[in-house]
Amino acid sequence: MLDIAETRPLTLADVTIRLAGRTLLAVSATVMPGEVLTIMGPSGSGKSALLAFAGGFLDPAFDASGRLLIGKGDLTVVPANRRHAGILFQDPLLFPHLSVGGNIVFAIPPAVRGREARRALAERALDEVGLAGFFDRDPETLSGGQKARVALQRVLVSAPHFLLLDEPFSKLDAALRQQMRELVFSRAKAAGLPALLVTHDSADAEAAGGRVIEIGGEEKP
Amino acid sequence: MGQRIRIKAPRAGSRALTADTLLALILGLPILAGLAGVILPAFGYLPALGGSGLKRDHFAELASQPHILRSSLTGLLAGLATTGAAVAIVGTFLAGFAGTPVFSRIQHLVSPLLAVPHAAAAFALAFLVAPSGFLVRLVSPELTGFTRPPQWLVPNDPLGLSMVAGLITKEVPFLFLIALAALPQLPLRQSRQLTAALGYGRLGGFLVSLWPALYRQIRLAVFAVLVYSVSVVDLAIILGPQLPATLPVRIAQWTADHDLGARFLASAAALLQLAIVLAAVVIWLLVERLGRFALARLTYSGRRLRNDAVPRFVSACAMAACAALIFLGIAILCIWSVAGLWPFPNDLPAELTPQTWLRTLPQLWPALQTTIALALAAAALALLSAILLLHHNGASGRGGNGPRYRLLYLPLLLPEISFVFGLQILIVSAGLKPAFASVLAVHFLFVLPYVLLSLSAPWRELDRRFENIAAGFGKPSLQILLTVRLPLLLRACLTAFAVGFSVSISLYLPTLLIGAGRLTTIATEAVALSSGGDRRVIGVYALVQASLPFLAFLIASLGPQLLFRNRRAMRT
Repeated sequence: MLDIAETRPLTLADVTIRLAGRTLLAVSATVMPGEVLTIMGPSGSGKSALLAFAGGFLDPAFDASGRLLIGKGDLTVVPANRRHAGILFQDPLLFPHLSVGGNIVFAIPPAVRGREARRALAERALDEVGLAGFFDRDPETLSGGQKARVALQRVLVSAPHFLLLDEPFSKLDAALRQQMRELVFSRAKAAGLPALLVTHDSADAEAAGGRVIEIGGEEKP
Repeated sequence: MGQRIRIKAPRAGSRALTADTLLALILGLPILAGLAGVILPAFGYLPALGGSGLKRDHFAELASQPHILRSSLTGLLAGLATTGAAVAIVGTFLAGFAGTPVFSRIQHLVSPLLAVPHAAAAFALAFLVAPSGFLVRLVSPELTGFTRPPQWLVPNDPLGLSMVAGLITKEVPFLFLIALAALPQLPLRQSRQLTAALGYGRLGGFLVSLWPALYRQIRLAVFAVLVYSVSVVDLAIILGPQLPATLPVRIAQWTADHDLGARFLASAAALLQLAIVLAAVVIWLLVERLGRFALARLTYSGRRLRNDAVPRFVSACAMAACAALIFLGIAILCIWSVAGLWPFPNDLPAELTPQTWLRTLPQLWPALQTTIALALAAAALALLSAILLLHHNGASGRGGNGPRYRLLYLPLLLPEISFVFGLQILIVSAGLKPAFASVLAVHFLFVLPYVLLSLSAPWRELDRRFENIAAGFGKPSLQILLTVRLPLLLRACLTAFAVGFSVSISLYLPTLLIGAGRLTTIATEAVALSSGGDRRVIGVYALVQASLPFLAFLIASLGPQLLFRNRRAMRT
């Protein structure tokens, strides 16, 4: 795995997201390296919009205010491809036109030079999650759990500065879900990455073991 | 920390505007220039041919042409009849069968028709229905007693009925596929259940609940059909009335007149054609209004129209007949192209021979090369432009597709003969020789809308999260386009390319006018042969023309299979 040069906290400063004049959510929080901040809310509460805001691909239909900082650096108006956000969605979304290994090599930063070096790094990343020898496989031939693991490794080799997790376990079956939770959270901690998890499943929040912010639905007294 | 910054995608609006403006310029400028190139000579202003004053003599000359009123009216009425019939057939069929097994079967039957060039389809129909055609042979002399072909004026009947039939077989698939693309946006199942529960028949229920929304979606395409049918040339030369021919055909003849002075007459006639198209549009707007009124009455009356078996059956038959006629006709073209002696009223030729092919291929070869080169270049240019335009717009988020979508129809909503002829006059006036580049530019103009229409739906539907992930990896937007979006859209791009290729193959009038006889394609050669009437040679040309689009679509469907042999998700 790449050495993460420095890990910095992720700050959401007075982030408010509105849709058609209606305020969906307002969040203010700092996520320390290795910490997972969970945003809990029902569907339609705007939690995915919050991740899109953090990732830099919020639909123009939404109206957002507030700021996003990594360490002291302001990312608010930085384009998505300069934010170094590692994103895991509900679906593994492996690129269907690339091999399993190709998916990982694609994510490795260009600073790692040379075909051999990049391939070796990808092989190691696959090996770490028990997928040694899968480099040349068609992603479509993998099981759901295998795809999820490739997607995780793909994000981690890209040397992100923070993680955005959009209900990444919701489509896995129960046994696999627990396994993946442990894997994702332990690896995020090991890499010292601040992570933002949005989910509607309280078991996710428990497994993440960090702070939980509930949004939408009934206002809590 | 209390400071709030409003974040708005800063340049999103202006970027979208630029792409739309760009498209408006690409499509609009040549059209405006073309119209100017027709309007000025119509009033006598064309310095290159010595016309410098403004006068109305050319309209007087036009009015004194024999049967000019009749020519104008046949075209107008044929266009209106085609549009009415096509809308009725497609609408009734969708209403009666959407979501049923019959629907998908007929869909598969009708879709390939779209790729058959107009000229080839017209020949296919002509070979079937002519007095010495296959259908008469089939029942002669047993049922009819004919031992020689009867003296019927078919397919060039003076009322233009065979022309209307030919147009319907081509416009029905077009409208059908456009409607098919709009269908998923309608709550089909729910409305059907709701109206059925209220006791409506299928047709009545669809008409009352979904038709207005569906029609709104396909309305521009309906107008494109109307404009095309009113001004069609190639199909009208083959199937339409003669002496007098329809006005667009006569204009095409005048533009080819050796006497350059005929250009003034042709310009005046091209303006008249524009007025006729306008009249057709106004009439259709009235028809729409009447339809809306009738539908409102029907809805208000609460009549359930439960007995709709007959119209449903008729619509399905009409859809199937479009496909059957063309495919049977193409089979007859095949037989003619290899027929030896084939006297009337024998059903089949006495012997088969490759003679016609061997004789025709060498003379067809140069035109075929030009055709393919034009089609490849036009389709490639259009695909590239479409990708750039969509990429440019895509950068501003999901965005609406309203104004851009309407803009695309611009070249399809004006009669080709009016503005392309104007372009020809401009090109000649500017002292340019007709050449590959200018013909290519005009092809591009007609190919781009279809390529964009074909590509924009899959472009919108691609899961944006793939690109979000790649952006998270720090990839620049151009690299994301090249390494993520385009490979994932390979199939859609190849299909769009094949669509563009087919459109270029079938373009007759733009090639004829801008190529000015120096640049011949299969389309112009085939239509030119129609007056000569050697069926064997026509069979060869029409078959070659019809098979080119199918080859393109075949390659488009095989491409992903070969390139992504080891990627299951990319092959389906």
